[in-house]
Amino acid sequence: MDRKEQAKLIKERSGTDVRKCMKCGKCSGRCPAYAEMDIKPHQFVSYIEKGEVEKLLESKSLYTCLSCFACVERCPRGVAPANVIEAVRQEVVRAQGGNKVQAEKIPETINEAIPQQLLVSMFRKFNK
Amino acid sequence: MKFSYYPGCTLKTKAKQLDLYGRKCLEKLGVDFEEIKEWQCCGAVYPVSKDEVATKLSAVRTLANAKAEGGKLLTLCSACHHVLKRVNDDMKNDDNIRLKANNYLALDEEYAGETDVIHYLELLRDYVGFDKIKAAVVNPLKNQKIGAYYGCLLLRPSETLAFDNPENPKIIEDFITAIGATPVTYAFRNECCGAYVSTTSKDLAVKKSTKVTDSAKNAGAEKLVTACPLCMYNLTENGNGEVPVYYFTELLAEALGVKE
Ligand code: SF4
Ligand code: SF4
Repeated sequence: MDRKEQAKLIKERSGTDVRKCMKCGKCSGRCPAYAEMDIKPHQFVSYIEKGEVEKLLESKSLYTCLSCFACVERCPRGVAPANVIEAVRQEVVRAQGGNKVQAEKIPETINEAIPQQLLVSMFRKFNK
Repeated sequence: MKFSYYPGCTLKTKAKQLDLYGRKCLEKLGVDFEEIKEWQCCGAVYPVSKDEVATKLSAVRTLANAKAEGGKLLTLCSACHHVLKRVNDDMKNDDNIRLKANNYLALDEEYAGETDVIHYLELLRDYVGFDKIKAAVVNPLKNQKIGAYYGCLLLRPSETLAFDNPENPKIIEDFITAIGATPVTYAFRNECCGAYVSTTSKDLAVKKSTKVTDSAKNAGAEKLVTACPLCMYNLTENGNGEVPVYYFTELLAEALGVKE
């Protein structure tokens, strides 16, 4: 699959129309993980629109986005940047060897108070 | 009217108080409810991608069972509510997901989003009424300054959740007033706590939860209330440690005199 096709697939999977973006940056302005992102939410939208996927697949933002949907709420054009980030994340984690979390390492990082919900959410977001 | 109550996995284990007090208060308020039959985990996060169908099926099963029981599905955990409500919306409005989910599940009757997904707080506001709750309070939490913590999942995206004004919600403040306490409004009440990154990027979760708890403390809140076990965990473990966090049902139980 070439990059162009891959970008098309990601766009479809996101279910949002990135062409509507007017590059106002409101999504990034509202993002609580902005400082921890190498590529910002509005950039995800414009890179994917231009079909530039390589950088996105390697972005650390895939693991710092909190799926808080604030960007979706604020976008004045009805674009959903969170959906684009999710679609790229899926592209990464669905591939062979794409899992972010190693199950064997989990016991070292958790404590008694951790709710089941946290572990299930983490695996659903970062692994396949 | 009978409500089919969906507790979810975490409320059966780490968040038992949220569930236990929730049930006691419903009994006290005379709400007719029963735990929904054969429920499964909702999946914890809403599968956003349009091509995700299998990961939505457990939620669809619950929604279809609720339809058979009368069509009112009562949720309590914010995350379960978010997932069930959004999957229900897909079953109503997304032809592709509805077709595939129904083909796979082969239910006796096709499911097309007929169930109403109602959060416990919505039940208090829309079906019981805060006035009635106020009247039922035997132990008003006088002189307590309480901050509402909404977080993300109950409010956004508001197009689907339709829970309250996403930028300036008031349902939990109204709840706090109804139980006799004083709500404290603070800037970060609808900001993210750090969610599911708290094991993979602990620093980020600490930063987010500390911002929320600092904002609450500076506004004068003595405690916070939440409906979400993950928010509870983050704010407690990763916050500033100066504002204790309670499940809203626990304070309701206290006010209604059913907490022992
Ligand atoms: S969903 Fe992700 S990208 Fe959007 S505002 Fe929240 S953290 Fe930022
Ligand atoms: S808020 Fe919407 S229109 Fe503005 S930059 Fe972000 S995606 Fe584009």
